[in-house]
Amino acid sequence: MEKEINIAAPTGADSATASPEKVIDITNLTIGFNNVPVLRDFTVQLFEKENLVILGKSGSGKSVLIKCIVRLLNPDSGTINVLGENVNELNDRDLAEMRKKIGFLFQSGALYDSMTIRENLEFPLRRIKKGLSRKQIDEKIVEALENVGLSDTLHKMPSDLSGGMRKRASLARTIVVDPMIMLYDEPTTGLDPITSDEISSLINEVQKKYKTSSIIITHDIECARATADRMIMLNEGEVYLEGTIDEFESSQDEMIQSFFKMNNVSSRSNE
Amino acid sequence: MALHVTSSDKDFRHMKAINTDIVKKTNLPKVKKQAIKLSENVIKKKQKANRFFLAVGEFYLFFWLTTKATFSRHFEFKEFLRQCFLVGNKTLPLITITGLVIGLVLTIQSRPILADFGATSLLPGMIALSIVREMGPVVTALICAGKIGSGMGAELGSMRVSEQIDAMEVSSIKPIRFLVVPRVLAATLMIPILVLYADALGILGSWAGANIKGDVTFILFFTQAFSAIGFMDFLPAVIKTFFFGAAIGFIGCFKGYTAGRGTESVGKAANESVVLASLFVIVIDLIAVQITDML
Repeated sequence: MEKEINIAAPTGADSATASPEKVIDITNLTIGFNNVPVLRDFTVQLFEKENLVILGKSGSGKSVLIKCIVRLLNPDSGTINVLGENVNELNDRDLAEMRKKIGFLFQSGALYDSMTIRENLEFPLRRIKKGLSRKQIDEKIVEALENVGLSDTLHKMPSDLSGGMRKRASLARTIVVDPMIMLYDEPTTGLDPITSDEISSLINEVQKKYKTSSIIITHDIECARATADRMIMLNEGEVYLEGTIDEFESSQDEMIQSFFKMNNVSSRSNE
Repeated sequence: MALHVTSSDKDFRHMKAINTDIVKKTNLPKVKKQAIKLSENVIKKKQKANRFFLAVGEFYLFFWLTTKATFSRHFEFKEFLRQCFLVGNKTLPLITITGLVIGLVLTIQSRPILADFGATSLLPGMIALSIVREMGPVVTALICAGKIGSGMGAELGSMRVSEQIDAMEVSSIKPIRFLVVPRVLAATLMIPILVLYADALGILGSWAGANIKGDVTFILFFTQAFSAIGFMDFLPAVIKTFFFGAAIGFIGCFKGYTAGRGTESVGKAANESVVLASLFVIVIDLIAVQITDML
C-alpha cells in the first residue's frame, strides 16, 4: 500500500538551483535475511544539500537501508548510485574512495574505546586526508570538536563521556574528514529531550556549515520535525508515505496519526 | 567483510512443529510417521553439515584475508608495538609464577625417584630438558591461550557488537589490517620470548627445589643443566612456539571478529577462543613432536 505524495524538489535544497542534483539514487532495492524480506523494491533519491528523514517502526528496515548505501550489507537486488557510481559494482579501492565521501553516525556512537577523543578523530583523519601536516591535523581536530561543543574533551576517554557527549564526539569524528553525504542512524535514540534537541540542532548546523546532504534514520518525531526537508515513512520494507512534515502531520492515515500520537505522548512523558 | 553464518534453524523448528502436529493429530500409518521423522533427521543433518562447511569457509576466508593484509605495504607498526607491549605485559606476572612453580614442583616430584636409583646428579639435566623441550613451551602457550586468546576474542567481539569494526570499515580503514594483523604478529613474536623467559625461570625454580633437601651450588646446577641440553633440543622447541603464538593470536582474533551482534556473543567468543586455541596448541605440539622425532 503505497501512498506517495510526489514532491518535485526538496524544500531545503538551494532555491537558486533549478533541478537539484541527485547524490544518492536507490532503485528497486530488495534485501532480506533468512528468507524474510526487509526492504522490498525500495526506491528513493537524496538530493544535494537536502535532509531526508526516514521514519518507521523498529524492524522496518531503516538501518539496513543506510548500511546498504555504504555496502556494509549487500542487497539481493536493485541498484544504489552514490555520487553517480553504482556502489555494488565498485572494487575494493573505489569503494574505499567512495566511503571517504560519506560520514556515518552510528546509533551507538561507535567511538573506539581504547583511544582518547583526540585519537578517535585523528585516526580516520590521518588515513583519509593524507599529506596533512601535524599543525593542520591539530587545527582540524580542534575545529571539529568546537563545532560540536566538546573542545574540552580532547584528552578524555569515551568512557568518561555521557551518552550525549559521546554522540557529539562521534559526530565530530564524522565531520572532521569533510564528508559530502551524512548518514545518521537514530541520532537521538536513548537521549533525554534536551540533548536530543541539541543533536538535532547540530545536524542542521553540520548541514549548513559543511554543505552536506543527509539521510536521517529516526523514529523520533521531534528530531524529524527539527531536521527534515523531506520525510519518508517505511512500513514492512516499503515506502508508506513520502512528503514534508506538514503533509505528514495533516495526514488522515490511521498509521501515520497513531505514529505521531504515540511519539507525542512519549516525548511529553519524557519532559 | 561480512562473515556470518546464516542458519535456517527457525524454519526447521517451525517445520518440525507442524510435522509433530500432523503426526499427533492424524492417524497416519506407521511407515509414513517414520518417513516424516527420517526426513526431519535428514534436514537436521544437512543443516549441521551446512553450518560446519560455512564455519570452515569463514575460517579459510579470514586466514586468507589476514595473510594478504600481513604482506601488504601498509603495516600498522605503532599498533604492533602497542600489542607487543600488551601481550608481554599482560602475561608476564603469570608466566613468572608458573615458570618458577613448574621447575620447583618437577624437581620435588622427581628427586625421590632419582634418589632411589642413586642418580640424583642427573636431576638438573633431566629437569632442564623436560622444561626446555615440553613443559615450558606447552604450559606457557596454554596460559597465553587463556589470557591473550580470551582477551583478543572479547575485545574484538565487543568492538563488533558496539559497531566499532563497522565504523572502521565505513571510514575506509581496513579492520583486518589495523586490528587483526598487529595482534596475530604480536602474539607470534611475544610468545616465544615468554617461553624462553618461562624456561629460564623454570630452571631457576628447579635449582631452588634441589636446594630444599640438598645443597647444590648455583653454578654446578646450571652447568649440569645446560650440559644436558643440545642444540636439537632447543631449536625445535623454540620453532614450535612461533606456531603456538600464531595460532593463539589468529584464533582469538577470528572468534572476536566473527562474533554475533548480541552481547552474549562477546562471552561466547572469549570462551571459544580459549577452548579452540588450547586445542590447537596441543595439536601443533603433537605434530611438532612427531616431526622432531623423525629428524
